[in-house]
Amino acid sequence: MSPLLEIRDLHVSVDHHEILKGIDLKVNAGEVHSIMGPNGSGKSTLAQVLARRDTYEVTSGEVLFNGKDLLAMKPEEAAWEGVFMAFQYPVEIPGISNVYFLRSALNAMRKARGLDEMSAMDFLPMYREKLNLLEMDDKLMNRSVNEGFSGGEKKRNEILQMAVLEPSLAILDETDSGLDIDALRIVAKGVNAMRSAERAMVVVTHYQRLLTYIVPDYVHVLMDGRIVRSGGPELALELEETGYGSIEASTSAA
Amino acid sequence: MSTNVNTIRDLAEREYKWGFISDIESESVPKGLNEDMVRLISAKKREPEFMLEWRLKAYRHWASLEKAQAEPKWANIKYAPIDYQDIVYYSAPKQKPTLESLESLDPELLRTYQKLGIPLEEQKLLANVAVDAVFDSVSVVTTFKEKLREAGVIFCSFSEAVQQHPELVQKYLGSVVPYTDNFFAALNAAVFTDGSFVYVPKGVRCPMELSTYFRINAAETGQFERTLIVAEDGAYVSYLEGCTAPIRDRHQLHAAVVELVALDDAQIKYSTVQNWYPGDKEGKGGIYNFVTKRGKCQGVNSKISWTQVETGSAITWKYPSCILRGDNSVGEFYSVALTNNHQQADTGTKMIHIGKNTKSTIVTKGISAGHGQNTYRGQVKIMKGATGARNYTQCDSLLIGDQCGAHTFPYIEVRNSTARMEHEASTSKIGEDQMFYLRQRGIKAEDAISMIVNGFCKRVFRELPMEFAVEAQKLLSVSLEGSVG
Repeated sequence: MSPLLEIRDLHVSVDHHEILKGIDLKVNAGEVHSIMGPNGSGKSTLAQVLARRDTYEVTSGEVLFNGKDLLAMKPEEAAWEGVFMAFQYPVEIPGISNVYFLRSALNAMRKARGLDEMSAMDFLPMYREKLNLLEMDDKLMNRSVNEGFSGGEKKRNEILQMAVLEPSLAILDETDSGLDIDALRIVAKGVNAMRSAERAMVVVTHYQRLLTYIVPDYVHVLMDGRIVRSGGPELALELEETGYGSIEASTSAA
Repeated sequence: MSTNVNTIRDLAEREYKWGFISDIESESVPKGLNEDMVRLISAKKREPEFMLEWRLKAYRHWASLEKAQAEPKWANIKYAPIDYQDIVYYSAPKQKPTLESLESLDPELLRTYQKLGIPLEEQKLLANVAVDAVFDSVSVVTTFKEKLREAGVIFCSFSEAVQQHPELVQKYLGSVVPYTDNFFAALNAAVFTDGSFVYVPKGVRCPMELSTYFRINAAETGQFERTLIVAEDGAYVSYLEGCTAPIRDRHQLHAAVVELVALDDAQIKYSTVQNWYPGDKEGKGGIYNFVTKRGKCQGVNSKISWTQVETGSAITWKYPSCILRGDNSVGEFYSVALTNNHQQADTGTKMIHIGKNTKSTIVTKGISAGHGQNTYRGQVKIMKGATGARNYTQCDSLLIGDQCGAHTFPYIEVRNSTARMEHEASTSKIGEDQMFYLRQRGIKAEDAISMIVNGFCKRVFRELPMEFAVEAQKLLSVSLEGSVG
């Protein structure tokens, strides 16, 4: 079986400064991979390149998604193919209600995939169900997208969008940052409910904390633009104990 | 941002879809303006003596201003001098302009209005919208007249009002915007050829939305219409105007005047969706829109609300204003102005507080794209006797791309220390962050821009009658044509 996502020797620069220095990664459907690393290691860059943000320059390498050239896609095309990214810093869209935005997004996806648009009648019950899963207040839904939301509400809103849009690849970019323990649990519950044999997840995080709740199948350590170690969930625990410094020392010694 | 730039460029390829020219034989007078021309226009309209006298006084005033080169120059707009002798001041579809039924209307004219999506045939009318249509200079048909007459509401062309209700015209014409008001108001008073007239008697709530569509068709013609709306004690009326023009290489002048009078407890809601031809991508052609709109809240507890969506015209120069004379009267101004390509807008309002406890609200949303220049200019004046006056002003500007400009000029003058004034202003840019966020959720770039802009304008759209709010949103999306790079 060919992997859902395959990254081959990916090099990425910003303003002629190389951030990713040759990434190789295979992610199969049904798997949860965690990318861990210290600040400035290139984690978020990797997430954003996969979501097709065009402020990054891919200098070499390739990325296949479902066997297609992901790097040739615009952000919306990648989304239609099934790539979703939960943002580290979700943006505010004044004047557009959360519920209107979400239905527009879903229908834009459905239209691109040749499906009929979903009516408000069909949309609302599905949406309420997901809302309950994330223990979100109904009132937030008629407010403008992310406007006046607390940090925790914004992150839950990201997972709500993921739950409604049902992507085949979900990239979580530091979803745990700025969350208290209760919010973290709720977010993790939402993410775990989404785990399935058809869906893969890439969880980008600095801390092991999130991985207690979302237990990954694989952990990769990203340092200075390269994956320096890969392993099972136990690698995250090891990092928690010893810190990134020990890995740095061991890799430079090797 | 490169993808955004491309998207905006793609949108620019879209054409102005109201730009067709109708093949209608018209009766025009030679170009140029002098006293004889004013007499000719008045004679063609078989006007009573008082009208001719008024026009001549206006003409003489305008001529003195023109001689003194007193065309207003304070606005933040640039254009080549207008040759007022190179304009046709009267053009009418060649047929009897007063019509008894739609059957007698030129079928080509009917087709024109159908293309514009204006429901002239009564059976096809949107429920509860009465329409007056002004083609070039004259009003061609007013629908639903009978139903309105039953309610006691007069809604007709200005020409008809002059014939049928001269006493009302004489009483109110120029009472809010005198011909001496400004250069363009003087010009309008001298040569205006038609427009709409609305009179809502005491205690009557107008049973439907009233609407006028203005269309410039003939080349090298100016359109000078004049609208007068009077709401007597306790009356209510909601009025909407829409405007389009064909694509022409040369600039065309539009200098209109609108006067509103609200007596005790009366309310007038005036909405505009202005989509005159804006010119092409290089700024060639387009309408010069110099308009004077003013409402007088003459009575106690009266209210006048202006809502405008300005997406067209090469130049927009307009300041729908309220004179709050009656105690407890309320003035409102809600505006969306979009400038794209080489469009320029200098628009805003004046709120003049004279009566006690008068209240005004100003909410403006300026959107600049391409090389567009968008200026908010607003005056809030609290007179000595206006104890307890209040004003709230909010001016927001949104920039798309880096070649455009947004400017804000608020003038605040307070002569009564009990006044309460609030002013908020913001300028933002459609960010790469917002665009990426929406596109990551599967929304195409051009739809993402529309969504952000519509969200930005929401507060103003809420003030429009429902069906026109939907139109305005669509119009805004189409008008976001332009190039950044």
